[in-house]
Amino acid sequence: MLSFVLRRLGVMALTMVALTLVVFLLVNLEPNLKKLAISQTESRATIEQQDAWLERNGYRQNFFVRYGQWLGVVKKQPNIDPATGEAVSRFRFCDEAAVPTYSGILQGDFGCSTKFRVPVQEKLFPALRATGILMFWVMVTMVPIALLVGILGGMREGSRTDRSLSVASIATTATPEYVSGVIFAVIFASWLGWLNGSAASATTQGVTFNNFTLPVMTMAIYGIGYIARMTRASMVEVMTQQYIRTARLKGLSFRTVVVRHALRNALIAPFTVIMLQFPWLLTGVVIVETMFRYQGFGYALVEAAGNNDIDLLLGCSLVSVFVVLFTQLLSDIGYAYLNPRIRVQ
Amino acid sequence: MNIETVGAVQILLGVLGRFWPVWLALVITLGLSFFYRKRLGLYGQLFSSGVGIAGVTICFFWLFTAIFAPEIATFDPLAQNAVLKNALPGAIVPESYGGGIYFFGGDNLSRDVFSRMIFGSQIVLIIAPAATAFALMVGTTLGLPAGYYGGKIDSILSFLANLVLAFPVILLFYLLVTPAIVEMGLPRWMAGVFFLFPIAFFLTLFWTRFKNRPDRLWLYLGLTLVIGGWAYMSLVFNADPFGILSLSPNELNIFAAVVFASSPGVFRIVRGLVMDIKTRDYVAAAQTRGESPWYIMLWEVLPNARGPLIVDACLRVGYTTILLGTLGYFGLGLAPESPDWGTAIKDASRLLRSYVHPAIPPAVALMSFVLGLNLLADALREQSMKD
Repeated sequence: MLSFVLRRLGVMALTMVALTLVVFLLVNLEPNLKKLAISQTESRATIEQQDAWLERNGYRQNFFVRYGQWLGVVKKQPNIDPATGEAVSRFRFCDEAAVPTYSGILQGDFGCSTKFRVPVQEKLFPALRATGILMFWVMVTMVPIALLVGILGGMREGSRTDRSLSVASIATTATPEYVSGVIFAVIFASWLGWLNGSAASATTQGVTFNNFTLPVMTMAIYGIGYIARMTRASMVEVMTQQYIRTARLKGLSFRTVVVRHALRNALIAPFTVIMLQFPWLLTGVVIVETMFRYQGFGYALVEAAGNNDIDLLLGCSLVSVFVVLFTQLLSDIGYAYLNPRIRVQ
Repeated sequence: MNIETVGAVQILLGVLGRFWPVWLALVITLGLSFFYRKRLGLYGQLFSSGVGIAGVTICFFWLFTAIFAPEIATFDPLAQNAVLKNALPGAIVPESYGGGIYFFGGDNLSRDVFSRMIFGSQIVLIIAPAATAFALMVGTTLGLPAGYYGGKIDSILSFLANLVLAFPVILLFYLLVTPAIVEMGLPRWMAGVFFLFPIAFFLTLFWTRFKNRPDRLWLYLGLTLVIGGWAYMSLVFNADPFGILSLSPNELNIFAAVVFASSPGVFRIVRGLVMDIKTRDYVAAAQTRGESPWYIMLWEVLPNARGPLIVDACLRVGYTTILLGTLGYFGLGLAPESPDWGTAIKDASRLLRSYVHPAIPPAVALMSFVLGLNLLADALREQSMKD
């Protein structure tokens, strides 16, 4: 088991390096750097001045040197002002060391957000916390409902309950967040007036039923159908097993058979599915946070991408790629742990 | 100016009336399919279940809507009638502005919501199936050798596929569908590589089968090269000598990004299927006959993997539709005035507090189309399980 985990961790690290390299390349394309130089120099700066700004701030170094600096394995050179001989920071709003230092992701320095005018970590981590709260409530509503729907449908395959629940699950998987969000906002905020159509107040005044129900509901609905269908398939398979028949023939009630014998085996597959849902939930987070104006991770990502905020976008990409890979690892380990038949040597 | 509106019944009748070419085409197609369902194989079997009929009907409905869009729509999707800004559903256009009715009202830029929804279906129904087809080609062409040979090829390709799959889709699009990328010409390179796959696929397909029958071989290879080369030139370089096919750089960017994002998924499915099928006896028989590996992959393994692949393709078209909507919703790639459903939902959702009506038609349209595809996939899965 240990060597399995170690090997997976190694592959994960390799994947992270490869992916961050690609992201680093894509966000540092020449047009993006040009835009950055234009926004950071005076509006009337000539092309030469913009180039000089990029040169002075180290954007013209070798690609791999810059990647190493961002990662924290190559020393960052301070930016010496030729007039005074003193070191100045790249951006007014973030301090940088005056001597060459290792200062990158590995040292906890994510760079400087040009959009929010703070160091990236000061923006990124509060945003992650806010999104964590959202995800917590989404999981708390989504997982039990989805499992219940799946089990109810799968325990009597082909029954009327099964058919109607199946169609309902298909319908929810056909409704992406930006559609269900609009429909729910129209019904519950515009017509009925029960709920708050925006979650902006959740950031400042805390989470309440009124401002948080719509985002949570919108995100949960899309995931419920998928998890429910997986649970149903797994439940149907378990219910045809010999040991279920034995338990029935032994005289146990249908209820006991489902709860004591079928349930635990039927829940192994949905566990993996729930874990692998995280990359999809991330897209949902971005949509829902934009739609309901909740200042979390998704909002930061959209702002970073929309405003050419290179360091923040890199930070966001790193976090999302890490979340995806980490949940994949967890799902593999959890699957091996839960299912004794597949347990690795 | 005071705008008069017509009642709900009149709106309903008017809309149903506008769809007359669709109803006609639906009745003919579904009637014929239902009548000859015994002879139509897998497609015919769909008509034996309610879910299947519902799925087929919805999909055909949107297909015909896209085909007959110019007939159905009452206005130009981009035309603005300043007096009808945010007009309520059923608003009557004053005679001085040309007359007619805004069945579903006007949007924030005073365009007809109904006509925009109709023309939006064209964009979705062209890009989504086409991108899925290309993703299927790329995924299949790479998944077959990975599953069949295993070993190093498999490890390398799987690692690459997992790399792409580890990107959250939304991040991938924020990185790949940007003006900066278009400026660098990257989509052209990506498309240039992806669009080679279908040509290579068909060339191998015909070569392995007809290699000993030169009369057919050269005909098929020539046809593939001519048609493929023509499509390649017009799609990748936007230089169609006949001016029939064309893709603007933005559309090419979206297209390449969508193919890039969904082919690893296909790759994984094909690889899994091949690994399962290659242990069958008929594969061993073909190997003993001395058939070449690519012949076995394309003519023995692939036809037997078609069931799950068709189901997956249906789901994937639906998923691509959702993706296109997401792109529209975030204003990535598509032109801001484009009538596609995602862009329309984005525009409308900003004003949801004051005006509700522009948001509903595109939202319902997108949902119903994806629902139709999902129902179709479900019915297909059930039918192919019976075999």
